[in-house]
Amino acid sequence: MSSRPRRVEVTLETKVESIDLGEELARRVALTAGFDEEEQHKISMAVRESLINAYQHGNQQDARKNIGLNFFLHPNRLVVEVSDQGKGFRLEEVPDPLAEEGLLRASGRGLFLIRAFMDECAVESRNGCTRLTLVKYLRTPAAAASSEAGQAGGPAREDREWREERGSKR
Amino acid sequence: MTIKVSQRDVAGVVVLDLSGRITLGEPSARLRESLRQLLNQGQKKILLNLADVNYIDSSGLGELVSGYTTVKNHGGQLKLLNLTKKVNDLLQVTKLYTVFEVHDNEARAVQSFQ
Repeated sequence: MSSRPRRVEVTLETKVESIDLGEELARRVALTAGFDEEEQHKISMAVRESLINAYQHGNQQDARKNIGLNFFLHPNRLVVEVSDQGKGFRLEEVPDPLAEEGLLRASGRGLFLIRAFMDECAVESRNGCTRLTLVKYLRTPAAAASSEAGQAGGPAREDREWREERGSKR
Repeated sequence: MTIKVSQRDVAGVVVLDLSGRITLGEPSARLRESLRQLLNQGQKKILLNLADVNYIDSSGLGELVSGYTTVKNHGGQLKLLNLTKKVNDLLQVTKLYTVFEVHDNEARAVQSFQ
């Protein structure tokens, strides 16, 4: 039986200052998880872009809505969830900003950067809530040993189980 | 978190020295306003010195692209100078390196406008 991940949960207001706050929190969590400076930068930037997406497109800058930011620290990876109260989107329908016709567009690079900087990215929309789940794997010997020990069920399984278990207790 | 913008004239080229982060909100708006003012003054040769800019997010990138397009549509040129490694990497990964003319020497950058 695998151990529960360490976790950090934050609820942010829908305002620009929350984006800076979430970015700084992500950098500190990534540092704590054992990522080097370059990886900390990539993770915090991916979180920043996720929060911008939640602020602008998900919650439509509606101050009455909240943004959820959850971190799950596993021995071999960091899982980040960013949730908003928007209708959601499909990753495959987001235009490619590298396409020639999209290079001069003023927007549309956030999700591309998230996917470029993280190892995994998934989006799920349900019951008026959209959740972006990001995963970054640690490339340290200890993390590799942890992976070899086996953690079946996919990277987000334990986090999902924890969330469901927590929900059932409410 | 804001951005500082100072302006110099070098041989007919306006050099904007930017310092800080170009991100969503006030910093992006500040850059937009600076470029708008220059265009209103009839300035068409603009060099953005990014030596002290170590962070740009997707909104900041959008502002740079928007500025580039606006200046070009006014018959001018907007070029970049002295990219930090992080900003350089960002322009590479987004392919914006193929859009902007980027220099690492101010004298040569100014000369390229002539």
